[in-house]
Amino acid sequence: MERTSMISSESTPPEPVSRQMNRRRFFTVSSAAAATAFLAACGSNTGRNESSAAATTAGAASSDATTAGSSAATSSAASSAASSAAESTAASSAGPKVTLAQWYHQYGEKGTQQAVEKYAAAYPNATVKVQWIPGDYDSKVASSLLTSGGPDVFEAGNGPSIDAIQGGQVVALDGILGDAASDFPESLINRMSYDGKLYAVPQVIDMQLMVYRKSMLADAGVTPPTTFDELVAAAAKLTTADVKGLFVGNDGGVGVLPGPVLWSVGADYLTPDNKVGFADPIVATAMGKLHDLFTSGNLLLGAPTDWSDPSAISQGLCAMQWTGLWTFPQLQTDLGDDFGVIPWPKYAADGKGGPSVPIGAYGSAVSAKSANPDAAKSFVQWLWVDNTEAQLDFAQSYGFHVPARASVAAKADKLKSGAAADAVKILQDNGHAQTPLLWTPASSTAMSDAVSRIIKDGADPAKEMAAVVAKTESELKRVLK
Amino acid sequence: MVSGAATAAPAVPIRPRPTLGRRLAGPQNRNLWFWLFVGPFVLGMLIFVFIPIVWSVYLSFFDARNTVTPTDFVGLANYRQMLTDPAFLSSLGTFIVFAIFIVPTTYAISLALALAVNRVRWFKSFLRSVYFLPTACSYVVASLIWKLSIFNGVRFGLANTVLRLFGMDPVAWLSVTHPPWYWLVIVTLRLWLQVGFYMILFLAALQRIPLILYEAAAVDGAKAGWQTFRFITFPQLRAASVAIVVLLLINAFQAFDEFYNLLGGPAGYPPYARPPLVYLYYIALGRGQDFGLGSAGAVILAVLIAIITVVLGRILGLGRRDADA
Repeated sequence: MERTSMISSESTPPEPVSRQMNRRRFFTVSSAAAATAFLAACGSNTGRNESSAAATTAGAASSDATTAGSSAATSSAASSAASSAAESTAASSAGPKVTLAQWYHQYGEKGTQQAVEKYAAAYPNATVKVQWIPGDYDSKVASSLLTSGGPDVFEAGNGPSIDAIQGGQVVALDGILGDAASDFPESLINRMSYDGKLYAVPQVIDMQLMVYRKSMLADAGVTPPTTFDELVAAAAKLTTADVKGLFVGNDGGVGVLPGPVLWSVGADYLTPDNKVGFADPIVATAMGKLHDLFTSGNLLLGAPTDWSDPSAISQGLCAMQWTGLWTFPQLQTDLGDDFGVIPWPKYAADGKGGPSVPIGAYGSAVSAKSANPDAAKSFVQWLWVDNTEAQLDFAQSYGFHVPARASVAAKADKLKSGAAADAVKILQDNGHAQTPLLWTPASSTAMSDAVSRIIKDGADPAKEMAAVVAKTESELKRVLK
Repeated sequence: MVSGAATAAPAVPIRPRPTLGRRLAGPQNRNLWFWLFVGPFVLGMLIFVFIPIVWSVYLSFFDARNTVTPTDFVGLANYRQMLTDPAFLSSLGTFIVFAIFIVPTTYAISLALALAVNRVRWFKSFLRSVYFLPTACSYVVASLIWKLSIFNGVRFGLANTVLRLFGMDPVAWLSVTHPPWYWLVIVTLRLWLQVGFYMILFLAALQRIPLILYEAAAVDGAKAGWQTFRFITFPQLRAASVAIVVLLLINAFQAFDEFYNLLGGPAGYPPYARPPLVYLYYIALGRGQDFGLGSAGAVILAVLIAIITVVLGRILGLGRRDADA
């Protein structure tokens, strides 16, 4: 209180007061500016140019740099991101060129990010900023589609979900394929369409499959298995003190095996007329067998990398691994010719099922919250329909994928020899759509919970599968409105 | 003192009545300064805490799939579904199991450490820092270390290397459920991260116990060691203990990071060791995108945690001074 009376306006002459106030005012203004900058920095960087205000752009640019720096990207990428932010500000004030944000999930193969950035930079009609999203990509996209801060163009595994389509979060891409429509596989186009409208353009086809070390199988006197029992026997024979016979993911196959197991007994997630496709009791029997495999001690579990990465098999931790075509360039580097490919075997030699591999495709979709949906559509058309050169480069120069367009796939020379050629043959003969459109996240969670309990806890398969059937039926009722 | 200053002001009769702006600003602009310093935080709380809470309660009454501005009012349907959802109820069970593990162990270990560090003569601050250091580590980073290098399932993982020395087979710590080794991973990780922090709290409380009590006890013939601890140290730590137990319980309730990073994967989260927040994350923010259902779950959790805290506070006497206890 004593201090207060000293600087109170009654006892002090006017001039020092104003000086005091000036100092204070300076403090006020600067702290307000700091607060504004703080708030601006809080805004998430979406890669889109949302405002021409200098503070916001600076905030976005600097957080661009942070993102790039924290990922494995080089510092030159960071500085180019910052400078491209500055350039696009200039462009938007000078001309009509719009800015689009394009999102990809993080591809594991080296050079993929630089490749898609290169394609985007070559697009003449808009400034396209690529966002490379590590981590749980699906969730991040789903959340970002709720706001206008999300992407304009994004890739979605097997196209947008049924809830995103019914909720009007994505734009229909009618007529975008043009003359090329017949060049895309009909099954993929159907998978990404709803009510006769296309919601995503397939980028490249991905397949999962089993790879095995030829030398290890030969040493153990094992031939590539063609039935589930043979697979179990092979895994047992191939297991040694240091090498496990089979790797199907650190969760023991919960994530990747439901589909192949369904197809191995002639069932499916849904029937073609959208009814539950796995009510047959043989499904429960086949699922139950996975528990025996899990407890056999012949499965690799708890590897440092998961099934989608080739490290486990190339480091000699296992003799057979469930993985994807995308790992082939790395496998060729690490193992040379010492690997072969097979589909997931059929359940029994005399059953109605068959060998299978899941095939899926990332599809390029346009957000309904985009400020420039038409520009976004044009970009998708330019890149994933017309730009066959980029499609070919993307499919075979980094991880291996099969180009979605048949005419481009025919030109993919790297897929024409060795294990990759065998894989493509398996894809054509035994490929199944990974999951149907009406297989909702809730159904999927119910399935993986049940399969996890069957595989790991040895829960009663019949009871568990019955619960999944019930959940799937209620979900189907919900989405078939 | 403030009121004294205020009543002193009218004693100057010639002063003109100050303008409204000046009166709002308060004497020496005190109100202005108050809002300048408090304002940003209040604003932040409003935007990032209060509005989301209110919005969440609002959403919980709607069918809000893939939208946060829903139109389809469903009343209490989301609450009904959540309270009858076996997965949600089992996630509450998971929390209870976790709390039973983590609360007493953290309490006992951090108290023991505090007592030990408090007694040493040399290197006291060094030891204090060493034990406190893990608190500065992020849960995500620690989870990755635990998952990828210490408790991975292959033969060259740290834990498995140790087992191998004793001639035992490697264990897939995070993959198997019989026996549930994943609890070992989860509990050790959290202990490593949080024990140091609670040790500091106990140390602070220990240093507040008046030495005179120990001297008086010694004069009365109390033996150093267990007797002194049982009758002087432990009762004197009562207020700190209560606060620590409540904090530990709330932290256990909010467990998310280590579970999500240790057990979650691209294929989702396994149905075991799934605490409530992880389950709700997958419903609302994960692939489920069902904000109505997720919000209903969040409201149920908030009510539960409030009830537990209040009841616990009542029983243990949270916030009561040591003297009153």
